Amino acid sequence: MTVANAPALPSGEAEISSRPQREVDAPKRRSAGRRGLVKYLGLTPFAFYVVIFLGVPTVLALVTGFFDANGAFTLNNITVLGDPVILGAFASSFWVSAVTAVVGAVVGALVCYAMLGLKPDGTIRSFIDSASSVLAQFGGVMLAFAFIATIGIQGLVTVLLKGVGIDIFANGVWLYQVPGLLLPYIYFQVPLMVITFMPALEGLKSQWAEANATLGGTRFSYWSRIAIPVLLPSFLGSLLLLFANAFSSYATAAALISQGAQIVPLQIRASLISETVLGRSNVAGALALGMIVVMVIVMVAYSLLQNRTARWQR
Amino acid sequence: MAAMSGATRAGKVTSNAVQIGTEPSKAARRVILGVVGGVFAIPIVAMILFTLKNSIGGGYTFSHWTGLFDPAQSSKYQQLFIAVGNSLQLAVVTVAIILVILVPTMILVHLQFPKLRRVLEFICIVPVTVPAIVLVVGLAPVYAVVVRIFGSSIWTLAFAYGITVLPYAYRAIQANLSAVDVITLSEAARSLGAGWGSVMWRILLPNLRRGILAASFITVAVVLGEFTIASLLGRNNLQTALVQVSKVDPFVAVIFALIALFFAFVLLLLIGRLGSAGRNRKAL
Repeated sequence: MTVANAPALPSGEAEISSRPQREVDAPKRRSAGRRGLVKYLGLTPFAFYVVIFLGVPTVLALVTGFFDANGAFTLNNITVLGDPVILGAFASSFWVSAVTAVVGAVVGALVCYAMLGLKPDGTIRSFIDSASSVLAQFGGVMLAFAFIATIGIQGLVTVLLKGVGIDIFANGVWLYQVPGLLLPYIYFQVPLMVITFMPALEGLKSQWAEANATLGGTRFSYWSRIAIPVLLPSFLGSLLLLFANAFSSYATAAALISQGAQIVPLQIRASLISETVLGRSNVAGALALGMIVVMVIVMVAYSLLQNRTARWQR
Repeated sequence: MAAMSGATRAGKVTSNAVQIGTEPSKAARRVILGVVGGVFAIPIVAMILFTLKNSIGGGYTFSHWTGLFDPAQSSKYQQLFIAVGNSLQLAVVTVAIILVILVPTMILVHLQFPKLRRVLEFICIVPVTVPAIVLVVGLAPVYAVVVRIFGSSIWTLAFAYGITVLPYAYRAIQANLSAVDVITLSEAARSLGAGWGSVMWRILLPNLRRGILAASFITVAVVLGEFTIASLLGRNNLQTALVQVSKVDPFVAVIFALIALFFAFVLLLLIGRLGSAGRNRKAL
């Protein structure tokens, strides 16, 4: 335990004995009222900060889509969401997110399964945990570099495969197009799955397996009747989180794709950089609104699934 | 003694678990971790090999690494070193925001406003739903005002970063808050006559230092990796500079990326150590 619990030093004692005195001296009623007020005042810095840098930007991002350059109300920008180019970007974003989420979830769950039974403080476990956090939360731009070095035109794997007669770019260079996002995205989705799904897998109680064994169940019946049904909500929840993660991810795509705007975040970049995409201003606001709608739906579903998961963890 | 019997018991449990089928066999674990680990190592190896490539002609060389410290070339990397400085400055200011604004608020809510705990949690999780790319659309007008008040120094970007790290920092501190019986500790201190100041400094912060440290480290990692907001608000940080430099000298960009990845890995390894040290102590 810490120094904190040790009896106070002499100098501290003097301070402590003087404090309550002052409070007792003050009229009880007033002091209580003032303390209540002070308590609420303590919340104001955080509230102020969050309102200005989270609340206001979010509202602005959602609302600017409804105004034109002169500040007059318009639904013009919102109709952008029906534009074939924008719809195409949303479709690309959807399928990239869906594919990488499914692959990431399956591979990540497999890794989590393999990690069961490793010592929680062991070297392998801490290595995997840290590496996962780095790749899932830190990668961004640097993952784009990694994949240019790997499967770029002069990349390690590209050249090696060419040596054995396989040309991965036989049908054109796809790394700097939407399909090129798949591998880098999977590269950060799998680690994110490991981080988010591992607690659920560790939450499986050994008594359930023992009960299954004493009742004559097999390995198959344990997984099919107990573990998988219990894990399913949290697996689906993690899958949704991965989808949201890929859907909102910007840095890797921005570093990889410098030409064009094939997915929604890149469309936002395009409309922020030049105010006249599709001949309208404040299009970024409309796109942001579209993204938020998708994100809110996904995250609400995620939290519902999380609540279901929590039932087994009590 | 106790540790030894614990270890043998753990060993037995493992073999039982393998028999019942809850855990993978050693071979299965090796195959899965080996294959996935091997595949995931390829891009990192490719990066390392890339930095060793000889740009003129074939073969491998350390010249790209040694070139970093060559004073004759230093002007070329000036921008990158400035950017590293900017990112470190941003990391410090963002950590300060977390320490000064988030930590006291979380303690206050935990002790005095139990009903607001869910609200605080919700607020801190919102940045997951409002991704940086959406936030930046609304941040542009906000920063027009911020620049008028604080000037356009790089550190002002930390206000936005404080929001993006909110979910991570909240989780790290909350884990510590719910593991320590903060209420009993502070009531005990209060009943012994300690004022709120000394409760905070001598009771709460020492007990929460693990969570606060973890939150600070993850904040540093997230800030050093941030690209979206800096790039779209036209600021210069490590990641935006990496993209710029990669167009001129991809070798240097990849070297810096490798160093940054390694640095983040070490930071997160330290967070892990902090966590497991806490667990061990509790077991005693």
